[in-house]
Amino acid sequence: MMNSSEGGTPAIRVAALTVVRGGRPVLHGIDLDVARGSITGLLGPSGCGKTTLLRSIVGVQRGTAGRVEVLGRAAGSAALRSRVGYVTQAPSVYADLSVAENLRYFAAVLGVPKSDPARVIAQVGLDGREQDLVSRLSGGQRARVSLAAALLGAPELLVLDEPTVGLDPVLRSELWRLFRELADAGATLLVSSHVMDEAVRCDRLLLMRDGRLLADDSPQALLDRTGAADIDAAFLRLVAATGPTARPEVLS
Amino acid sequence: MNPSRTLATARRVLAQLRHDPRTLALLLVVPCVLLTLLKYMFDGQPQAFDRIGAALLGVFPLLVMFLVTSVAMLRERTTGTLERLLTMPLGKLDLLLGYAFAFGAVALLQAAAASALTLGLLGLKVAGPTWLLFAVALGNGLLGMALGLFVSAFATTEFQAVQFLPAALLPQLLLCGLFVPRERMADGLRLASDVLPLSYAVDAMTRLTTSAGVSGAVLRDLSVIAAAALLALGLGAVTLRRRTA
Repeated sequence: MMNSSEGGTPAIRVAALTVVRGGRPVLHGIDLDVARGSITGLLGPSGCGKTTLLRSIVGVQRGTAGRVEVLGRAAGSAALRSRVGYVTQAPSVYADLSVAENLRYFAAVLGVPKSDPARVIAQVGLDGREQDLVSRLSGGQRARVSLAAALLGAPELLVLDEPTVGLDPVLRSELWRLFRELADAGATLLVSSHVMDEAVRCDRLLLMRDGRLLADDSPQALLDRTGAADIDAAFLRLVAATGPTARPEVLS
Repeated sequence: MNPSRTLATARRVLAQLRHDPRTLALLLVVPCVLLTLLKYMFDGQPQAFDRIGAALLGVFPLLVMFLVTSVAMLRERTTGTLERLLTMPLGKLDLLLGYAFAFGAVALLQAAAASALTLGLLGLKVAGPTWLLFAVALGNGLLGMALGLFVSAFATTEFQAVQFLPAALLPQLLLCGLFVPRERMADGLRLASDVLPLSYAVDAMTRLTTSAGVSGAVLRDLSVIAAAALLALGLGAVTLRRRTA
């Protein structure tokens, strides 16, 4: 049934996801669906569990309980490895190789055409820097090499952990334009950020705090519901409404 | 396992080395300098040089590959490239064999440089065939690589990784028969030296210097080395986890 109706299932379905890291609960029963062909923003303060949630969806997080399904399969299953692109917060590329060498290698691992590196280099706006060693690039350029590697093979789902950190506003808006193009072409994007002004560019927002989802709604609906002027204010109102979260693990 | 992914990995590792010519130069030059030093240290005792020089031809590839691999693999872990690779359709064996091919090639190059110098200019006398000497050197390099790969799982910083060299290899070096012949060691130590793979590396080299032809004993040593390398590689594969905390 799963296979025949794969197009109809959400790109990501998370049910009652709990994650314990080092004896400490980090995620407390998360439920969410992410629709295909959409951009979903995962917003929340640093340390609230965004990366852990993304890692669980990619299938690299240990200590998970509950259910995480990606493109109709259990997260992390072998069949998903060429269908999901993941960009970690810190650029995970070889600093001692050139941009082109990095992408050629990842392309070979993914088994995608040899022309694909050139395509993704153009997508992230790094043309002309192909021969530069990654260690010589700026932080923002390195982040784009890392993003380019995830775009290889045009994966159906892109999980991006703070892809725009350290980028100037022009570049950020260019990347968001790219994200929109990818979504329009049918890809699903899950993008974490702690910059609330990126929220309005998403189709849907997941607001997270202390390992729990505060809201799962479209940006406009969120503003309407809270009566706030911007997402930042909406977030604060939601926090105030739920009250201070008890965190006994911090006290002990 | 997939040959094109394995070869792509080997090419990538070699490309990284190409971008780091100083490391490559150190890999090739240091053993040669040390062997030359040894030659002049034992100026009056050519037999001593024959014995120790040959043993060291076997030890260097192991030492160097251990160090290079443990640091390289630790870097893969700490920079997140290992995690990225493991989210991709890359088999663990593709990664490990890719490293094995790349560093094996370097080990071979290093063995060629060191033995050309020692057998040629420095006049080391080896009774056995040269190809077997290479085979042993290559086996030792791969063993060092596999051991380095395995211990890198237990290091979280490069300082720790470097400390694993004396921790894992110095005891083997002391017990391998280089300083005291293995048969003259106390029973406990003798037993320990029997289970440590470096002993077989040195035994093989020693046998090659003294007996001509392809002796069964050397082949036995070589298979012990290969088995130890495969065991360490297997243990190393276990330490590569797709899911981490």
